[in-house]
Amino acid sequence: MAEGNRFTLKIITPDRIFYEGEATMVEFNTTEGEIGVYKAHVPTTVIIAPGVLTITDGEEQKEAALHSGFVEILQDKVTIMAEVVEWPKEIDLQRAEEARERAQERLAGKAPGTDVARAEAALRRAMARINAVK
Amino acid sequence: MASMIDIKRRKVSIQSTQQITKAMKLVSTVKLQRAKVRAEQSKAYFDCMYETVTSMLARVGHSEHPYLKPASSGKKAVIVITSNRGLAGGYNSNVIKLVTKGGMKKEDLVIYAVGKKGRDALARYGYEIRGDYSDMIEEPQYADAMRLANEALAAYESGEIGEIYLAYTVFKNTVSHVPTLLKLLPVETGAEDKNGEKAADEEKQAPMNFEPEDDEALDLIIPKYVTSLIYGGLVESAASENGARMQAMDSATSNAEEMIGSLTLLYNRARQGSITQELTEIIAGAEAIS
Repeated sequence: MAEGNRFTLKIITPDRIFYEGEATMVEFNTTEGEIGVYKAHVPTTVIIAPGVLTITDGEEQKEAALHSGFVEILQDKVTIMAEVVEWPKEIDLQRAEEARERAQERLAGKAPGTDVARAEAALRRAMARINAVK
Repeated sequence: MASMIDIKRRKVSIQSTQQITKAMKLVSTVKLQRAKVRAEQSKAYFDCMYETVTSMLARVGHSEHPYLKPASSGKKAVIVITSNRGLAGGYNSNVIKLVTKGGMKKEDLVIYAVGKKGRDALARYGYEIRGDYSDMIEEPQYADAMRLANEALAAYESGEIGEIYLAYTVFKNTVSHVPTLLKLLPVETGAEDKNGEKAADEEKQAPMNFEPEDDEALDLIIPKYVTSLIYGGLVESAASENGARMQAMDSATSNAEEMIGSLTLLYNRARQGSITQELTEIIAGAEAIS
Protein backbone atom coordinates (compact mmCIF):
# COMPACT_ATOMS: atom_id res chain seq x y z
CA MET A 1 0.00 0.00 0.00
CA ALA A 2 1.21 3.46 -0.78
CA GLU A 3 1.96 5.76 2.11
CA GLY A 4 -0.54 8.30 0.88
CA ASN A 5 -3.50 6.07 1.64
CA ARG A 6 -2.99 5.95 5.36
CA PHE A 7 -4.77 7.99 7.96
CA THR A 8 -4.46 8.38 11.71
CA LEU A 9 -6.68 6.15 13.78
CA LYS A 10 -7.27 6.77 17.46
CA ILE A 11 -9.47 4.59 19.63
CA ILE A 12 -10.10 6.04 23.07
CA THR A 13 -12.01 4.52 25.96
CA PRO A 14 -12.66 6.11 29.35
CA ASP A 15 -9.86 4.08 30.98
CA ARG A 16 -7.19 3.96 28.34
CA ILE A 17 -6.05 4.73 24.84
CA PHE A 18 -7.00 1.49 23.19
CA TYR A 19 -5.25 2.00 19.88
CA GLU A 20 -3.28 4.80 18.31
CA GLY A 21 -1.60 4.46 14.95
CA GLU A 22 -1.98 4.48 11.20
CA ALA A 23 -4.43 2.50 9.13
CA THR A 24 -5.51 2.23 5.52
CA MET A 25 -9.04 1.19 6.30
CA VAL A 26 -11.24 0.72 9.32
CA GLU A 27 -14.55 -1.12 9.35
CA PHE A 28 -17.22 -1.17 12.03
CA ASN A 29 -20.93 -1.43 12.61
CA THR A 30 -23.05 1.70 13.07
CA THR A 31 -26.69 2.32 13.82
CA GLU A 32 -27.12 2.86 10.07
CA GLY A 33 -25.35 -0.35 9.04
CA GLU A 34 -21.81 -1.54 8.57
CA ILE A 35 -19.36 0.90 7.07
CA GLY A 36 -15.74 0.92 5.99
CA VAL A 37 -13.74 4.13 6.07
CA TYR A 38 -10.80 5.01 3.81
CA LYS A 39 -8.72 8.15 3.86
CA ALA A 40 -10.38 11.37 2.73
CA HIS A 41 -13.85 10.38 3.83
CA VAL A 42 -16.42 13.16 4.13
CA PRO A 43 -16.37 14.50 7.72
CA THR A 44 -19.04 12.53 9.53
CA THR A 45 -20.05 11.56 13.01
CA VAL A 46 -21.70 8.16 13.39
CA ILE A 47 -23.05 6.18 16.32
CA ILE A 48 -21.69 2.72 16.96
CA ALA A 49 -23.79 -0.42 17.11
CA PRO A 50 -22.28 -3.60 18.59
CA GLY A 51 -20.13 -5.36 16.03
CA VAL A 52 -16.65 -6.33 14.94
CA LEU A 53 -14.08 -3.62 14.42
CA THR A 54 -11.50 -4.37 11.75
CA ILE A 55 -8.39 -2.26 11.41
CA THR A 56 -6.51 -2.78 8.14
CA ASP A 57 -3.02 -1.41 7.71
CA GLY A 58 -1.58 -2.62 4.42
CA GLU A 59 -1.49 -6.40 4.67
CA GLU A 60 -1.99 -6.42 8.39
CA GLN A 61 -5.40 -6.85 9.95
CA LYS A 62 -6.50 -6.46 13.53
CA GLU A 63 -9.90 -7.24 14.95
CA ALA A 64 -11.71 -6.26 18.11
CA ALA A 65 -15.22 -6.29 19.52
CA LEU A 66 -16.70 -2.79 19.63
CA HIS A 67 -19.91 -2.33 21.59
CA SER A 68 -20.87 1.28 21.99
CA GLY A 69 -19.72 4.82 21.51
CA PHE A 70 -19.41 7.10 18.53
CA VAL A 71 -16.94 7.86 15.79
CA GLU A 72 -15.72 11.15 14.47
CA ILE A 73 -14.48 10.77 10.90
CA LEU A 74 -12.34 13.54 9.44
CA GLN A 75 -10.39 13.66 6.19
CA ASP A 76 -7.15 12.26 7.57
CA LYS A 77 -8.11 11.29 11.08
CA VAL A 78 -10.62 8.91 12.58
CA THR A 79 -11.37 9.06 16.30
CA ILE A 80 -13.42 6.31 17.87
CA MET A 81 -14.83 7.29 21.25
CA ALA A 82 -15.62 3.82 22.48
CA GLU A 83 -17.38 3.11 25.74
CA VAL A 84 -16.60 -0.58 25.50
CA VAL A 85 -14.07 -2.20 23.18
CA GLU A 86 -12.09 -5.43 23.61
CA TRP A 87 -9.27 -7.24 21.84
CA PRO A 88 -10.03 -10.90 21.09
CA LYS A 89 -7.53 -12.00 23.73
CA GLU A 90 -9.51 -10.17 26.39
CA ILE A 91 -12.75 -11.92 25.50
CA ASP A 92 -14.00 -14.93 27.39
CA LEU A 93 -15.42 -16.98 24.51
CA GLN A 94 -17.25 -19.44 26.70
CA ARG A 95 -18.98 -16.69 28.62
CA ALA A 96 -19.98 -14.96 25.39
CA GLU A 97 -21.47 -18.18 24.05
CA GLU A 98 -23.40 -18.77 27.24
CA ALA A 99 -24.69 -15.21 27.04
CA ARG A 100 -25.75 -15.80 23.43
CA GLU A 101 -27.69 -18.91 24.38
CA ARG A 102 -29.37 -17.18 27.28
CA ALA A 103 -30.40 -14.26 25.10
CA GLN A 104 -31.69 -16.55 22.36
CA GLU A 105 -33.72 -18.52 24.87
CA ARG A 106 -35.22 -15.38 26.26
CA LEU A 107 -36.14 -14.14 22.79
CA ALA A 108 -37.56 -17.51 21.69
CA GLY A 109 -39.42 -18.08 24.96
CA LYS A 110 -41.55 -14.93 24.55
CA ALA A 111 -42.41 -15.17 28.21
CA PRO A 112 -44.47 -12.20 29.34
CA GLY A 113 -42.32 -9.56 30.94
CA THR A 114 -39.31 -10.31 28.77
CA ASP A 115 -37.39 -7.17 28.06
CA VAL A 116 -37.01 -7.76 24.34
CA ALA A 117 -34.81 -4.75 23.71
CA ARG A 118 -32.45 -5.78 26.45
CA ALA A 119 -32.28 -9.37 25.32
CA GLU A 120 -31.59 -8.25 21.77
CA ALA A 121 -28.84 -5.92 22.91
CA ALA A 122 -27.31 -8.75 24.94
CA LEU A 123 -27.50 -11.04 21.92
CA ARG A 124 -25.81 -8.48 19.69
CA ARG A 125 -23.04 -7.93 22.20
CA ALA A 126 -22.46 -11.66 22.54
CA MET A 127 -22.41 -12.08 18.75
CA ALA A 128 -19.91 -9.24 18.38
CA ARG A 129 -17.61 -10.88 20.91
CA ILE A 130 -17.88 -14.32 19.29
CA ASN A 131 -17.30 -12.94 15.81
CA ALA A 132 -14.28 -10.97 16.94
CA VAL A 133 -12.63 -14.08 18.36
CA LYS A 134 -13.29 -16.22 15.27
CA MET B 1 4.46 23.04 86.14
CA ALA B 2 2.93 19.74 85.21
CA SER B 3 4.48 16.68 86.76
CA MET B 4 7.02 14.66 84.83
CA ILE B 5 4.73 11.67 84.61
CA ASP B 6 1.91 13.73 83.08
CA ILE B 7 4.19 15.20 80.44
CA LYS B 8 5.61 11.82 79.58
CA ARG B 9 2.16 10.29 79.22
CA ARG B 10 1.07 13.06 76.90
CA LYS B 11 4.20 12.67 74.80
CA VAL B 12 3.67 8.94 74.36
CA SER B 13 0.08 9.48 73.31
CA ILE B 14 1.08 12.07 70.71
CA GLN B 15 3.79 9.77 69.44
CA SER B 16 1.32 6.97 68.79
CA THR B 17 -1.04 9.38 67.02
CA GLN B 18 1.87 10.49 64.89
CA GLN B 19 2.56 6.90 63.92
CA ILE B 20 -1.01 6.54 62.73
CA THR B 21 -1.00 9.77 60.73
CA LYS B 22 2.33 8.83 59.20
CA ALA B 23 0.98 5.46 58.09
CA MET B 24 -2.17 7.06 56.70
CA LYS B 25 -0.07 9.51 54.76
CA LEU B 26 1.92 6.69 53.19
CA VAL B 27 -1.23 4.79 52.28
CA SER B 28 -2.86 7.80 50.66
CA THR B 29 0.34 8.61 48.79
CA VAL B 30 0.24 5.20 47.17
CA LYS B 31 -3.47 5.49 46.46
CA LEU B 32 -2.93 8.95 45.04
CA GLN B 33 -0.35 7.65 42.58
CA ARG B 34 -2.82 5.07 41.31
CA ALA B 35 -5.72 7.50 41.14
CA LYS B 36 -3.56 10.05 39.37
CA VAL B 37 -2.62 7.60 36.65
CA ARG B 38 -6.28 6.77 36.15
CA ALA B 39 -7.26 10.41 35.99
CA GLU B 40 -4.57 11.08 33.41
CA GLN B 41 -5.49 8.08 31.30
CA SER B 42 -9.11 9.05 31.12
CA LYS B 43 -8.35 12.68 30.36
CA ALA B 44 -7.86 12.04 26.64
CA TYR B 45 -11.37 10.68 26.40
CA PHE B 46 -13.00 13.67 28.08
CA ASP B 47 -11.06 16.26 26.15
CA CYS B 48 -12.07 14.54 22.95
CA MET B 49 -15.66 14.12 24.11
CA TYR B 50 -15.85 17.76 25.12
CA GLU B 51 -14.46 18.97 21.81
CA THR B 52 -16.80 16.81 19.80
CA VAL B 53 -19.86 17.82 21.74
CA THR B 54 -19.06 21.54 21.70
CA SER B 55 -18.40 21.50 17.96
CA MET B 56 -21.64 19.58 17.48
CA LEU B 57 -23.61 22.03 19.58
CA ALA B 58 -22.05 24.99 17.82
CA ARG B 59 -23.54 23.56 14.66
CA VAL B 60 -27.02 22.68 15.86
CA GLY B 61 -27.07 25.81 18.04
CA HIS B 62 -30.71 26.66 18.69
CA SER B 63 -32.18 23.19 18.66
CA GLU B 64 -35.49 22.51 20.36
CA HIS B 65 -34.06 19.29 21.65
CA PRO B 66 -35.11 18.56 25.26
CA TYR B 67 -31.49 18.13 26.34
CA LEU B 68 -30.66 21.65 25.21
CA LYS B 69 -33.58 23.91 25.93
CA PRO B 70 -34.15 25.41 29.38
CA ALA B 71 -36.19 23.13 31.55
CA SER B 72 -39.75 23.61 32.70
CA SER B 73 -39.46 21.96 36.09
CA GLY B 74 -37.97 24.01 38.90
CA LYS B 75 -36.43 21.00 40.60
CA LYS B 76 -32.71 20.59 40.42
CA ALA B 77 -30.70 17.44 40.90
CA VAL B 78 -27.18 17.63 42.26
CA ILE B 79 -24.79 14.73 42.07
CA VAL B 80 -22.51 15.27 45.06
CA ILE B 81 -19.21 13.43 45.00
CA THR B 82 -17.45 13.21 48.36
CA SER B 83 -15.49 10.51 50.14
CA ASN B 84 -16.60 7.64 52.33
CA ARG B 85 -14.02 8.39 54.97
CA GLY B 86 -12.98 11.52 56.79
CA LEU B 87 -9.59 12.84 57.83
CA ALA B 88 -9.07 14.51 54.50
CA GLY B 89 -8.83 18.12 55.61
CA GLY B 90 -11.41 20.37 54.05
CA TYR B 91 -12.08 18.06 51.12
CA ASN B 92 -15.61 17.00 52.04
CA SER B 93 -16.81 20.20 53.64
CA ASN B 94 -15.71 22.22 50.62
CA VAL B 95 -17.91 20.18 48.32
CA ILE B 96 -20.83 20.30 50.76
CA LYS B 97 -20.48 24.08 51.03
CA LEU B 98 -20.88 24.33 47.27
CA VAL B 99 -24.33 22.83 47.65
CA THR B 100 -25.46 24.58 50.83
CA LYS B 101 -24.05 28.01 49.99
CA GLY B 102 -24.46 27.82 46.22
CA GLY B 103 -27.53 30.03 46.23
CA MET B 104 -29.93 27.19 45.45
CA LYS B 105 -33.04 26.71 47.54
CA LYS B 106 -33.10 23.64 49.73
CA GLU B 107 -36.65 22.72 48.72
CA ASP B 108 -35.75 22.68 45.04
CA LEU B 109 -32.88 20.26 45.37
CA VAL B 110 -32.69 16.52 45.20
CA ILE B 111 -29.34 14.95 45.97
CA TYR B 112 -27.73 11.97 44.32
CA ALA B 113 -25.01 11.25 46.82
CA VAL B 114 -21.74 9.54 46.03
CA GLY B 115 -19.75 9.25 49.25
CA LYS B 116 -21.04 8.70 52.77
CA LYS B 117 -19.65 11.95 54.17
CA GLY B 118 -21.58 14.13 51.77
CA ARG B 119 -24.71 12.03 52.13
CA ASP B 120 -24.72 12.22 55.92
CA ALA B 121 -23.93 15.92 56.10
CA LEU B 122 -26.61 16.89 53.56
CA ALA B 123 -29.18 14.62 55.18
CA ARG B 124 -28.43 16.34 58.48
CA TYR B 125 -29.04 19.73 56.88
CA GLY B 126 -32.41 18.44 55.69
CA TYR B 127 -31.81 17.94 51.98
CA GLU B 128 -33.73 15.31 50.09
CA ILE B 129 -31.42 12.40 49.30
CA ARG B 130 -32.71 10.61 46.23
CA GLY B 131 -30.05 8.00 45.82
CA ASP B 132 -26.92 6.73 47.50
CA TYR B 133 -24.09 5.46 45.35
CA SER B 134 -21.35 5.55 47.95
CA ASP B 135 -19.84 2.25 46.90
CA MET B 136 -18.65 3.60 43.57
CA ILE B 137 -16.12 6.14 44.82
CA GLU B 138 -13.60 3.55 46.02
CA GLU B 139 -12.85 2.15 42.57
CA PRO B 140 -14.71 4.26 40.01
CA GLN B 141 -15.77 2.15 37.04
CA TYR B 142 -17.33 3.45 33.84
CA ALA B 143 -20.26 1.10 34.35
CA ASP B 144 -20.98 2.78 37.70
CA ALA B 145 -21.09 6.19 36.08
CA MET B 146 -23.47 4.77 33.46
CA ARG B 147 -25.81 3.48 36.16
CA LEU B 148 -25.91 6.84 37.91
CA ALA B 149 -26.25 8.77 34.65
CA ASN B 150 -29.14 6.59 33.49
CA GLU B 151 -31.10 7.15 36.68
CA ALA B 152 -30.54 10.90 36.63
CA LEU B 153 -31.40 11.08 32.92
CA ALA B 154 -34.57 9.07 33.44
CA ALA B 155 -35.72 11.57 36.07
CA TYR B 156 -34.79 14.41 33.70
CA GLU B 157 -36.67 12.94 30.78
CA SER B 158 -39.79 12.33 32.79
CA GLY B 159 -39.80 16.04 33.61
CA GLU B 160 -39.42 15.42 37.31
CA ILE B 161 -36.24 17.45 37.48
CA GLY B 162 -35.29 20.35 35.27
CA GLU B 163 -31.57 20.66 35.75
CA ILE B 164 -28.72 18.37 36.66
CA TYR B 165 -25.58 19.58 38.40
CA LEU B 166 -22.40 17.81 39.38
CA ALA B 167 -20.55 18.88 42.54
CA TYR B 168 -17.07 17.42 42.61
CA THR B 169 -13.43 18.31 43.15
CA VAL B 170 -11.20 19.07 40.18
CA PHE B 171 -7.76 17.52 40.49
CA LYS B 172 -5.39 20.19 39.22
CA ASN B 173 -2.22 18.70 40.65
CA THR B 174 -1.09 16.92 43.79
CA VAL B 175 -1.44 19.97 46.02
CA SER B 176 -4.24 21.89 44.34
CA HIS B 177 -7.83 20.65 44.25
CA VAL B 178 -10.71 22.90 43.32
CA PRO B 179 -14.27 22.16 44.42
CA THR B 180 -16.49 22.78 41.41
CA LEU B 181 -20.19 22.89 40.62
CA LEU B 182 -20.78 21.92 37.00
CA LYS B 183 -24.05 22.11 35.09
CA LEU B 184 -24.64 18.90 33.17
CA LEU B 185 -28.11 19.40 31.75
CA PRO B 186 -29.51 21.20 29.91
CA VAL B 187 -26.30 21.64 27.99
CA GLU B 188 -25.51 25.30 27.62
CA THR B 189 -24.91 26.00 23.99
CA GLY B 190 -22.14 28.42 23.20
CA ALA B 191 -20.53 27.78 26.56
CA GLU B 192 -16.94 27.34 25.51
CA ASP B 193 -15.29 28.47 28.68
CA LYS B 194 -13.32 25.31 29.40
CA ASN B 195 -11.05 25.16 26.39
CA GLY B 196 -12.66 27.45 23.91
CA GLU B 197 -9.61 28.01 21.75
CA LYS B 198 -9.15 24.33 21.18
CA ALA B 199 -12.58 23.84 19.68
CA ALA B 200 -11.88 26.57 17.18
CA ASP B 201 -9.18 24.72 15.24
CA GLU B 202 -9.38 23.13 11.81
CA GLU B 203 -12.04 20.62 12.76
CA LYS B 204 -14.66 23.32 12.99
CA GLN B 205 -14.06 24.56 9.49
CA ALA B 206 -15.02 21.28 7.94
CA PRO B 207 -18.80 20.94 7.94
CA MET B 208 -19.69 17.80 9.83
CA ASN B 209 -22.31 15.33 8.69
CA PHE B 210 -24.30 13.28 11.09
CA GLU B 211 -25.56 9.81 10.63
CA PRO B 212 -28.28 9.48 11.86
CA GLU B 213 -29.74 13.01 11.75
CA ASP B 214 -28.84 15.74 14.23
CA ASP B 215 -31.61 15.23 16.73
CA GLU B 216 -31.25 11.49 16.81
CA ALA B 217 -27.49 11.78 17.15
CA LEU B 218 -27.95 14.20 20.04
CA ASP B 219 -30.28 11.71 21.69
CA LEU B 220 -27.50 9.17 21.68
CA ILE B 221 -24.46 11.35 22.24
CA ILE B 222 -25.65 13.62 25.06
CA PRO B 223 -26.21 10.72 27.51
CA LYS B 224 -22.71 9.49 26.70
CA TYR B 225 -21.43 13.00 27.26
CA VAL B 226 -23.15 13.19 30.64
CA THR B 227 -21.87 9.75 31.60
CA SER B 228 -18.33 10.66 30.68
CA LEU B 229 -18.51 13.87 32.72
CA ILE B 230 -19.78 11.94 35.73
CA TYR B 231 -17.06 9.34 35.30
CA GLY B 232 -14.50 12.12 34.99
CA GLY B 233 -15.88 13.68 38.15
CA LEU B 234 -15.58 10.37 39.99
CA VAL B 235 -12.02 9.75 38.88
CA GLU B 236 -10.87 13.28 39.61
CA SER B 237 -12.59 13.35 42.97
CA ALA B 238 -10.95 10.06 43.93
CA ALA B 239 -7.56 11.53 43.09
CA SER B 240 -8.37 14.76 44.94
CA GLU B 241 -9.57 12.85 47.99
CA ASN B 242 -6.29 11.03 48.33
CA GLY B 243 -4.33 14.18 47.62
CA ALA B 244 -6.27 16.08 50.28
CA ARG B 245 -5.84 13.27 52.77
CA MET B 246 -2.13 13.06 52.06
CA GLN B 247 -1.74 16.78 52.71
CA ALA B 248 -3.87 16.68 55.86
CA MET B 249 -1.93 13.74 57.25
CA ASP B 250 1.36 15.35 56.33
CA SER B 251 0.58 18.48 58.30
CA ALA B 252 -0.81 16.37 61.17
CA THR B 253 2.46 14.46 61.29
CA SER B 254 4.55 17.62 61.35
CA ASN B 255 2.27 19.17 63.97
CA ALA B 256 2.79 16.10 66.13
CA GLU B 257 6.52 16.44 65.60
CA GLU B 258 6.36 20.02 66.81
CA MET B 259 4.30 19.14 69.88
CA ILE B 260 6.64 16.32 70.79
CA GLY B 261 9.54 18.75 70.51
CA SER B 262 8.03 21.27 72.90
CA LEU B 263 6.90 18.52 75.29
CA THR B 264 10.41 17.08 75.35
CA LEU B 265 11.71 20.52 76.28
CA LEU B 266 9.12 20.82 79.02
CA TYR B 267 9.91 17.34 80.28
CA ASN B 268 13.65 18.03 80.45
CA ARG B 269 13.02 21.27 82.23
CA ALA B 270 10.80 19.56 84.78
CA ARG B 271 13.43 16.85 85.28
CA GLN B 272 16.18 19.43 85.77
CA GLY B 273 13.94 21.37 88.12
CA SER B 274 13.35 18.33 90.29
CA ILE B 275 17.08 17.51 90.39
CA THR B 276 17.91 21.08 91.37
CA GLN B 277 15.27 21.01 94.06
CA GLU B 278 16.60 17.74 95.47
CA LEU B 279 20.16 19.08 95.54
CA THR B 280 19.05 22.26 97.30
CA GLU B 281 17.25 20.18 99.90
CA ILE B 282 20.28 17.93 100.50
CA ILE B 283 22.66 20.90 100.81
CA ALA B 284 20.29 22.72 103.10
CA GLY B 285 19.95 19.56 105.23
CA ALA B 286 23.74 19.11 105.40
CA GLU B 287 24.21 22.74 106.40
CA ALA B 288 21.65 22.43 109.15
CA ILE B 289 23.52 19.48 110.68
CA SER B 290 26.99 21.06 110.61
